[in-house]
Amino acid sequence: MDLFLDALRQALRLLLSGDPYLWRIIARSLQVSGGAVLLGLLAGIPLGTWLGLARFPGRGLAVALVNTGLALPPVVVGLFVYILLSRQGPLGALGWLYTPSAMITAQFVLAAPYVAAITLAAVGSVPPQLRLQARALGASRWQALLLHLREARLALMAAVAAGFGAVISEVGAVMLVGGNVQGETRVITTAIMLETRRGRFATAIAFGLILLTIAFAANAFITRVQQAQPRRRRPLTS
Amino acid sequence: MIAVGSGEALRLAERGDADAVLAHSPRAEEEFMAAGHGESRRPVMFNDFVIVGPEADGAAIRGLSDAAAALARIAAAGAPFISRGDDSGTHARERLLWGAAGIDPAGSWYLEAGQGMGAALMMASEKQAYTLSDRGTYLSLCDRLELSVLVEGDPALRNQYSVIVVRGAANADGARAFAAWITSPAAQQLIGEFGLERFGRPLFIPNAERR
Repeated sequence: MDLFLDALRQALRLLLSGDPYLWRIIARSLQVSGGAVLLGLLAGIPLGTWLGLARFPGRGLAVALVNTGLALPPVVVGLFVYILLSRQGPLGALGWLYTPSAMITAQFVLAAPYVAAITLAAVGSVPPQLRLQARALGASRWQALLLHLREARLALMAAVAAGFGAVISEVGAVMLVGGNVQGETRVITTAIMLETRRGRFATAIAFGLILLTIAFAANAFITRVQQAQPRRRRPLTS
Repeated sequence: MIAVGSGEALRLAERGDADAVLAHSPRAEEEFMAAGHGESRRPVMFNDFVIVGPEADGAAIRGLSDAAAALARIAAAGAPFISRGDDSGTHARERLLWGAAGIDPAGSWYLEAGQGMGAALMMASEKQAYTLSDRGTYLSLCDRLELSVLVEGDPALRNQYSVIVVRGAANADGARAFAAWITSPAAQQLIGEFGLERFGRPLFIPNAERR
């Protein structure tokens, strides 16, 4: 227990001292996972909206595939992105392997299903009468769709939080495709692995505290959104 | 039985999480013994480190017999170099060689991978960079690497492995039995033959002191 408390005290000191090694890695984590979630939004919201509103044969299968995407093992995604980007791979010419671009690519693949799945559920939960009424009042198809998404906006923000929480805490994909290079591709999770292996527990715990704080903030946000939903106002038509 | 870098192995042992350690980081081992963490330390076998790099060899180090001089050329050329960066025995040796070259490596050409030897070699191959590797790991991966051995044979590249029985080990009898076995004639013969068939040469030369 002494080991843990000592390390915890040192970790807090490290965080407060603004150690550049620590903060550079934290910044790189936020950049990579933030970038991946942003790209995930661009792909996931249209896909989720479409799957949530359209009716076509095979939709059930498509929804199941998106939901399966939630359980993609990061290390397997890392493996495929690694092969794709390695020198002999199909995209080797990009020279992305062991760069933040490779890490964003891998985490995008992990984040997009989160955004798509939550968007899908969110647009499905908005009463369809809303759009019909908007259309009846003279809104164009696009205006009606935007209104629909506006109603689902809280859930969409939860999608961002869930996707971000998932990718910032994964280690398998970023370790494989990023390579944990100091000052370039070392992020919070890969740094925790390395510092633990080096026996530098205080530094590892400092990173762990930051990661826990981020995960807590993301989940607190999701919880708030979920609790807010039952109080939503009644549908426009009765 | 767990496989980790020598630095991590000795730290595990220091905390009582390991009973016996097979390490190849002489300086760290001597410190470990001096601090009273070890009950005994005996040599087991050796092999050597090699400096590997791209066939094109932009820093022109091929065939040099002085490892430190080769590193100095790599630094002067600013050619990419992958460091283990993980306090392993190989990383310790690399820092020793940089010290001998009088260079404190830093800059965009010097990449600290913070990973194991296999991952560092894969990265060196992908980036067509230089790195320091133990010969065994290089040989076991060389089919998949676009890297050649460029510098070898410098006495400063000798890689001695020792077995340490940890003082106050939870399973002291088991630890002593392991150390006795790995230094026994039977195990030493196994070590001397290991890799002979696949690589045409043994990966390690046994050198336990006969008692």
